Amino acid sequence: MADVRPLLRSELLPPRTPVRRHLLSIADLEREDVERLLALARTFARSLERDVKKLPTLRGRTVVNLFFESSTRTSSSFELAAKRLSADVMSIKSSGSAVEKGESLKDTLLTIGAYDPDVVVIRHAHIGAPHLAARYTPAHVVNAGDGKHQHPTQALLDLYTIDEELGGVEGLHVAIVGDVLHSRVARSNIQALVLMGARVTLVGPPPLIPRRIEAMGCEISHDIRDVKAADVVYVLRMQRERMLEGANYVPSLREYTARWGVTPERLRPGQRVMHPGPMNRGVEIDPAVADADGSLVERQVRSGLVVRMAVLYDLLTQGPVEVKVAEIEEVA
Amino acid sequence: MMTLVASNGRRDSLVFEGVRVLDPGQGIDETLTVAVEEGVIVRMEPAAGGNGKVLAPAFVDPHVHLRTPGREDEEDLESGTRAAAAGGYCAVLAMPNTDPVVDSAAVLRALVERARETAAVPVGFLAAITKGQQGAELSEMVELAESGAAGFTDDGRPVVAPGLLRRALQYGAAAGRPIAVHCEEPTLSRGAHVHEGVVSAELGFGGYPSVAESVMVGRDLALARYEARPLHLLHLSARESVDELRRARAAGVAATGEVTPHHLCLTEDAVRSLDPNLKMNPPLRSEDDRSALVEALRDGTIAAVATDHAPHARHEKEVPFEEAPFGVTGLETAFAALYTQLVEPGVLPLATLLERMSAGPAAIYGLEPPRIEVGAPANLVLLDLEATWHVDEGSFRSKSANSWLLGEKLRGRVLQTVAAGKLVHSA
Repeated sequence: MADVRPLLRSELLPPRTPVRRHLLSIADLEREDVERLLALARTFARSLERDVKKLPTLRGRTVVNLFFESSTRTSSSFELAAKRLSADVMSIKSSGSAVEKGESLKDTLLTIGAYDPDVVVIRHAHIGAPHLAARYTPAHVVNAGDGKHQHPTQALLDLYTIDEELGGVEGLHVAIVGDVLHSRVARSNIQALVLMGARVTLVGPPPLIPRRIEAMGCEISHDIRDVKAADVVYVLRMQRERMLEGANYVPSLREYTARWGVTPERLRPGQRVMHPGPMNRGVEIDPAVADADGSLVERQVRSGLVVRMAVLYDLLTQGPVEVKVAEIEEVA
Repeated sequence: MMTLVASNGRRDSLVFEGVRVLDPGQGIDETLTVAVEEGVIVRMEPAAGGNGKVLAPAFVDPHVHLRTPGREDEEDLESGTRAAAAGGYCAVLAMPNTDPVVDSAAVLRALVERARETAAVPVGFLAAITKGQQGAELSEMVELAESGAAGFTDDGRPVVAPGLLRRALQYGAAAGRPIAVHCEEPTLSRGAHVHEGVVSAELGFGGYPSVAESVMVGRDLALARYEARPLHLLHLSARESVDELRRARAAGVAATGEVTPHHLCLTEDAVRSLDPNLKMNPPLRSEDDRSALVEALRDGTIAAVATDHAPHARHEKEVPFEEAPFGVTGLETAFAALYTQLVEPGVLPLATLLERMSAGPAAIYGLEPPRIEVGAPANLVLLDLEATWHVDEGSFRSKSANSWLLGEKLRGRVLQTVAAGKLVHSA
């Protein structure tokens, strides 16, 4: 039978005029965008080696951090990144704000918009919140994590860390281990690593590896022994707070740790290990692994600062790049 | 149409001169002049030339949410039936998942009363299978049927316990009205927002697998077969469900199914936009599912197009996708969407679409099928197949604008609707 051309939904994207750039998803980036951001981050890393760490670059600009979900490293590093670039920073957390009085996200955004912010950094428990923000604020929007969907700056800082530590990403083999189902970090990293030419293997218990995720260009294994072959082992946190009660993704944490915990015995000596934090020591990662020489966890946090400086700088100084949308397949 | 409630008895007289009359049920496709006097078709004469407009039996929507009682800010009987009239419908069947639920004769009678005063087109009301749609105790089905219930459903929710659905099928025989089921196995769809597939994996959404629908379809059909009772399956979305329905019908089960315009036109890919107006239950599925639905509509396995018109207040949809309620509107766009997406590209014959939007759904609920015949009550829709129009927020008669077609350009326009002999819409 003849196929039908599905409808195009161009009008439902964030408004195009005036064109503003956002960082909502790694899926919106091209390889050259990533390379430009990583190069910028390297420049900022050198500037931070100086005695005076503050740069005047974004003086007079306003960055608003809107955190509707708890965060230590992401919120602090965005705040410090903006300050290092001399921007004015305002950080709003949902606790203690009008959100607790039932204010909608849209109204919060309209309120913030009245201050004419240049950048709104948003973290939210629900998928699609940054996309809503892109509709209702005149600012550039940076997704600092939306539910289980995306955490693009985490993926960029992970690329930066790998690039610095191993001298490149192309051709590397990265094993991502654990609770992929609930992980925005995993989804962003799969896209970013595949974009930059790495090979990605997901390793974990079958219920925590989403069905059809291989369509993102990665391989799947349920055997923890497969991590040994990787150049980098990326350990994910067991996100107990996102798991539905009684869903039985794994029978017990004890069994999970016994089968899929990353322990020294399951690694090659000196094998590089990453973790987005916060870590559940003794659950997904053995303390001996977390503190070993091969652990890049602290490097990741350092990278976070310069990468977020690069993202803020890039959004406010580069020319317009349209948000790329999923091409809805046209079947003839 | 004893279960339909109409407002005042005005009957109009009008003449459709030189129109292409297309009534698949009567086997008519010719240019005629059709005269209606006091609401009844009195004359059908050959006409020369013709103006190219199509006159067809008006549409019947077996599945709408009129949000009354309880959420009249989203839709009420008047606005919902005006939307229906604008969409070419001469009758709609309203679902009982209101607040309070239509599970007692008192609630139903109050609705019927209000419909007599305000409904622009005849409305039938379905009542709940179980009290409060809680899935625990049967509602008083016989009294509800006597008070005018057009059928029974817990739509929005499945009847989870098989023993209870079996009882409803058994006892429903005494009520003499069809039973319709929303097929969803709740432990398989828990926490889900979109179809489980490539898109849910990539975007991180909790997945609503096809099998959550099809296992319930299979179970419900097995019960209908065992009890030898008819059963109607609401808004089917998955290929496996269609396969189950086809098998059951071949085995002689009096089972029927319906499908929505959005499931016939869109796939999970549309969800990538994260637009809350693409969030519905059941969810948009894969291209393979969509083509199975189109095929089933064409071959008659699925007898009816149902809009599942589900109005939502603007502020409830202006939230992140994950927070948004399920449901989209559809009454005012159904014909044009399907004409544009299925008929124009040559996938579905126009006559088939017209049948599945009119006589098909009418038969499921035992309603008299709208037809173009001398002596028949006038239930007519006049269509301009050449007209193109833009779907925009301002164009809706519905109180809500959560349409999956906002901003789209569609071909095919409803010019006039005559429902129960009354001219109810004129573009």
